[in-house]
Amino acid sequence: MTPAGTVIIGAGQGGLQLAASLRQAGHSGPVTLVGAEDGLPYQRPPLSKAFLLDGRAEALILRPAAFFASKDITYLPGHRAEAIDRAARTVTLHHAGGRRVLPYDHLVLATGSRNLVPPLPGADTALGLRSMVDARALRARLADARRVAVIGAGFIGLEFAAVARGLGLEVAVIEAAPRPMVRTLSAPMAATLADWHRAQGSVLHLGRAAAEVDRGVVLEDGRHIPADLVVIAAGVRPRTELAEAAGLEVADGIRVDGRLLTRDPAISAFGDCASVPSARTGRHLRLESVQAATDQARLIAARIAGGAPADYAALPWFWSDQGACKLQIAGHAGPGAEDRVLAPGTVARIDEHGLAAIETLNNPRTHMAARRHLSSPPDGDGALLDRIIAA
Amino acid sequence: MIRVTFTAPDGQATTIEAEDGQSVMQAAVAHDIDGIVGECGGAMMCATCHCYVDAAWTARTGGPSPDEAEMLEGAAAEVDDRSRLSCQIRLGPGLYGLVVHLPEEQM
Repeated sequence: MTPAGTVIIGAGQGGLQLAASLRQAGHSGPVTLVGAEDGLPYQRPPLSKAFLLDGRAEALILRPAAFFASKDITYLPGHRAEAIDRAARTVTLHHAGGRRVLPYDHLVLATGSRNLVPPLPGADTALGLRSMVDARALRARLADARRVAVIGAGFIGLEFAAVARGLGLEVAVIEAAPRPMVRTLSAPMAATLADWHRAQGSVLHLGRAAAEVDRGVVLEDGRHIPADLVVIAAGVRPRTELAEAAGLEVADGIRVDGRLLTRDPAISAFGDCASVPSARTGRHLRLESVQAATDQARLIAARIAGGAPADYAALPWFWSDQGACKLQIAGHAGPGAEDRVLAPGTVARIDEHGLAAIETLNNPRTHMAARRHLSSPPDGDGALLDRIIAA
Repeated sequence: MIRVTFTAPDGQATTIEAEDGQSVMQAAVAHDIDGIVGECGGAMMCATCHCYVDAAWTARTGGPSPDEAEMLEGAAAEVDDRSRLSCQIRLGPGLYGLVVHLPEEQM
């Protein structure tokens, strides 16, 4: 019987990396990459930065069409996975021409995440920013917008705000939490970034929830922030419906073990949609980053190709470009970490396991030193912190 | 099209035709050159597209910017005076025939 091979649901950067890594690892079995969007897989991070300015979609394409033929990878764009039959080992896909049932030996869920749209009156008149389609629509609207309001001061919201302000637009950012990037960033670094945005002329409404979208944004205290373009960047939710309906365990992401397997040994999950045990703390963690998605893809590829890789333990790292601010984060700190400012623009985050993360602003040297150290601490954390302070 | 040759650590050379305006990293990734990762997509955040510009070409590519040099300090393989992040080398007619050497490891 012909093997059904590996079927990857989700053709984002992680799904594509997995397909590419399988071939690089010498795997010769059938590989099928299924993407809900049309077109070739592309990079998402530039959608909130360079693409809004230059509109060069072709620069974001990760591999040309010829790649799939030359690597014998079946790519199915415009195909949405509807259901998994775990007993039969098949997945049902919906596409413009109808339905298709695809058998698998191993199924990998790389379904990513979707934008969270808060249930505000008028929210349907606002734009989101997640896909190329979203980014094109936003870029078109930016051309004749004068005043923009952004709901949400996370990575995407602030990156967009920096671009819009750089284009000379009036920018207001509305954030329910008392500081920007509250889930990912230390308080001192968040304050530094907030000051930078204010210095550029953006107005930040912190600790103010949006209540309605109506020719701008109405705040919960009744104030109206006028805008001719409203962008909602209020966080994301993992796409877990498929896994849930198939009876897999889901808790803020599809639960997997250290080898990125679900409880069904024929199904893996990784990237934005997956909740992975942290090698450092043992707690499950869902990471929204290209680095985690591509690193995890390489581990799954090695496993499917016949290797026996150790549990996933790569150091997470993150970045955000906001105008002249190049924010880099080595490591990941959960809630409750203690913040220690080491130098202007350099913050250490320390939890009960020790040094969890180093955040830097426009300081790639310290970022890279922190990444090396946190990946395999050669000595106590104190020595690294002392070196950074002395630098 | 700009011709670029990538030489692997074992000496095996792969020549590709890149597009004018692409970075060396983008061209390598688009042609699935094993040895260039480019994880951050060219944002100069990851140092996984390190390459050694062939000595005959270093004058034409120029050296790294200060930020690039700082990122290179974190590259996995040894860094020398030919080292660049390939995402920061923009291809144009002046670089037709460029030869770059790939490091042993990127991460």
